[in-house]
Amino acid sequence: MTERIPITLDVNRTVRTIAAHPGDTLLTTLREDLGLTGAKRGCNQGVCGACTVLIDGRPMRSCLSLSANCTDARITTIEGLQSDGRLSPVQKAFAKLGAVQCGFCTSGMVLAAHACLQSQAAPSADDVRTALAGNICRCSGYKKIIDAVLFAVGDRS
Amino acid sequence: MSVAIASVVGTSLPRLETIEKLTGRAQYIADLNRPGQLHAAIVQATVAHARIKGYDTAAAQAVPGVVAVLTGDDFPDGRMGAFIKDEPPIAKGKVRYLGEPVACVAAIDEATARKAARLVRVDYEELPALLSPEAALEPGAPAIHEDLASYFKVWPAVCGGNVASETELAEGDVARGFAAADLIVENIYETSPQAHVAIEPCGALAEVDPAGRVTLWSANQSVFRVQANVCESLLLPMSKLRSLTPRIGGGFGNKMEAHVQPMVVMLALRTGRPVKMILSREEDFETVRARHPFKIRMKTGAMRDGTLVAREVEVLLDCGAYGDDSPGVLGYSLLMARGPYRIPNVRCHGKLVYTNKLRFGAFRGFGNPQVSFAGETQIDEIAAKLGIDPVELRLKILTQPGDRWFCGGEVASNGLGECIAKARSASNWDRRRERKSAKGKRRGLGLAIGAHISGLLGTGAIVRVLEDGSIVLNTGAVDIGQGSDTVLVQMCAEALKVPVETVSLASPDTDGSPYTWGTTASRVTYTTGRAVVAAAGEVEKQLKQHACEMLECAVDDLELRPGGKVGIKGVPAKEASFLHISLRAHWRAGGPIVGHNSWVFNKPTLDPKRAVARGLPFPQIGVYSFVCTIADVEIDEASGKVDVVEAWAAVDVGRAINPGSVEGQMEGSFVQGMGFALCEAMVWDGARLANPTLMDYKVPTALDAPHAIHTIIVEAAEPDGPFGAKGVGEVGINPVAAAIANAVTDAAGIRLRQLPMTPERVLDAMLEGGHAN
Repeated sequence: MTERIPITLDVNRTVRTIAAHPGDTLLTTLREDLGLTGAKRGCNQGVCGACTVLIDGRPMRSCLSLSANCTDARITTIEGLQSDGRLSPVQKAFAKLGAVQCGFCTSGMVLAAHACLQSQAAPSADDVRTALAGNICRCSGYKKIIDAVLFAVGDRS
Repeated sequence: MSVAIASVVGTSLPRLETIEKLTGRAQYIADLNRPGQLHAAIVQATVAHARIKGYDTAAAQAVPGVVAVLTGDDFPDGRMGAFIKDEPPIAKGKVRYLGEPVACVAAIDEATARKAARLVRVDYEELPALLSPEAALEPGAPAIHEDLASYFKVWPAVCGGNVASETELAEGDVARGFAAADLIVENIYETSPQAHVAIEPCGALAEVDPAGRVTLWSANQSVFRVQANVCESLLLPMSKLRSLTPRIGGGFGNKMEAHVQPMVVMLALRTGRPVKMILSREEDFETVRARHPFKIRMKTGAMRDGTLVAREVEVLLDCGAYGDDSPGVLGYSLLMARGPYRIPNVRCHGKLVYTNKLRFGAFRGFGNPQVSFAGETQIDEIAAKLGIDPVELRLKILTQPGDRWFCGGEVASNGLGECIAKARSASNWDRRRERKSAKGKRRGLGLAIGAHISGLLGTGAIVRVLEDGSIVLNTGAVDIGQGSDTVLVQMCAEALKVPVETVSLASPDTDGSPYTWGTTASRVTYTTGRAVVAAAGEVEKQLKQHACEMLECAVDDLELRPGGKVGIKGVPAKEASFLHISLRAHWRAGGPIVGHNSWVFNKPTLDPKRAVARGLPFPQIGVYSFVCTIADVEIDEASGKVDVVEAWAAVDVGRAINPGSVEGQMEGSFVQGMGFALCEAMVWDGARLANPTLMDYKVPTALDAPHAIHTIIVEAAEPDGPFGAKGVGEVGINPVAAAIANAVTDAAGIRLRQLPMTPERVLDAMLEGGHAN
């Protein structure tokens, strides 16, 4: 085992310093050192998207990101998406349209959808499908998820 | 104040746990931890078939932080298995597939456990690896299970050599039927092994209390099957193990029987510390289970007017190394192979053969998607040869309400005709010839129908009224993400006329929950739902007994009133709240109110006057749901890639307790079936699974799935179903591959009989300009 080194991270608007191995992924740090288990380990290979977090507002695979490389970034996890305890428009839409099934992909899916709405003013269904193409859901068939994101577009404006 | 509440059954209530899942607070197995916990990893076999001559664990033991290294020699001699008790908790004495766990390590963290696992050496005496059913059936092939004859089996198994099970079901006289036929169509169909890919990998966490009793949390579809499998394989009394469940990140059959639970419990018993193991995605692919590849020979005889007179079906299943649910899959696939058609002479026979591969087992549809692919494409082939529209042919030969299922089982509700009519109309089926293909594309519409059971085995429910009049429902049924917790609470609330918020659901717990076989066989809504309604009925009876004493009236004069009250009919002022009744019950008279019901599905599958059966695994099976699915596909002429543009699925669920959840099941079934049809296949390179990663095993994404999937709900009430409901978890997947294959034929004039219909296969068939195989 390599020695742990201090790493300072800005996660969900809180700056914390933890002792991490230089090779630790952000997913490991979030889950094991910070107790933020909303990001999931579905494949640990950057394919399934269940570990998606926002790094400087962009959806990234936390299983492919090294914590030591994230010290200058603002990291948002699913636990930090609410503001003042209120659900974000995407979270509200997922609840309203029944876009949550087993929930294991949900954290990553919600963050990918949130980033899509941040970067596009009026995404079409195909834009949403493209934005979510890196997040696998095995339960839903995606229809309600896409409908929810489109609903959130309308709800936001 | 009168509380007017809308009926909760039939409303699309969001999942009860929606907010916890949307905010990252839902806890799955990987999110649980216990103080002093160790982490475990498996050592996987590097050969497919071998005797284990010895182990060298010294290097692994020497790694700092390693607490225990256990091999097969450290495990008791118990064996588990849903049908055949053929599977040890870890490879013992013999390895039967490449990747099989042969040892396991517990250490202070996961990285240390994995590092040490790589240092364990196993000395093998290799045996010939049997990698296909054909190879395993060769004369002189070595036995994969030398002791098969002495293993305990839960049904009258027909087995021997490497044949794990043989089943035959027959009605009428097929030879006479074929002799009379004007047209006989016979073909070979092949389906590929499909991986479940629940997004949550399997895992478990076990802890031993000071008295030596084990508490076990795991990713599962039944806390009771977990308990049975662990205790059988480790030779523990069942009362010494308590099985619990966290949230489950999807289960499509893969989490019903055991995965790592026995190893994790053994490590916890040996170390005296909590032990947690979470499989990597690759390990999950390589060691859990998958959908059986089927080879199917199907032959159907028809008259010129379309009437079917005979069908013969022969299936060959790769069992993999252990029996698991396979004998059930074989038997069920044969029971479904006639389909929902009137065919007087039918013979279905199949063999399940052990091989040196990963075990195959339960996967949504349980053998039905495979035989439905063959059956529903063959009906289209018959329609084409007879020049009859595929829908018109089906309507002519469909079973009708009152008809029996193949072998004689009762079908008490049948909304299939309505499903076909509604899907036909919604998809504009009758005007499909007017559609134009875009340049470079071929467009086609295809239809297939199907049926599935919901039912099987034992189930229970307990409904308790707490001191304040609120309700706790306890069923033991694990919600694997499909939404059964919400549906069961809706039914309980409806039965007691209280708001859903009044009812809380106890988490499944083998110590405190009534037995249920599990979340499988599309059964929770129907079987557990029935128990919930009956247990709520017991509660109503007890509430009324108290109320009649409190209000000084006859029991028959009382009614449940919305909002948790019992009152005298026609006298609005005379009522007692659940609160007051429950206080009385707790403190003064009668005792706390508890309603309980348990039952076992007991209608026979077989009518011996009508059919003969050999090796039938399910003597009592279930009630029937129905579906009609239509797929609109577009084929790219240059690449052969098939895109599903739009889909319609009309499904008879008896009664939709939660229509939104029914849609979720149907949409998910369609896309999983689309993956089975078009892109998913586990591929073995010799004995090694070549694509155990999500980079190499293609699961449909949001870009692959059509956004336009239309679910049409049909409600032909099941007479004994809760509020008329029957199951929906699996029925939707059965016809999908056939609907897509039939659409491909409609689009391009080619007939594919092998799955998946990859661009390469489609293009080859189009270049040959005709019928590919």
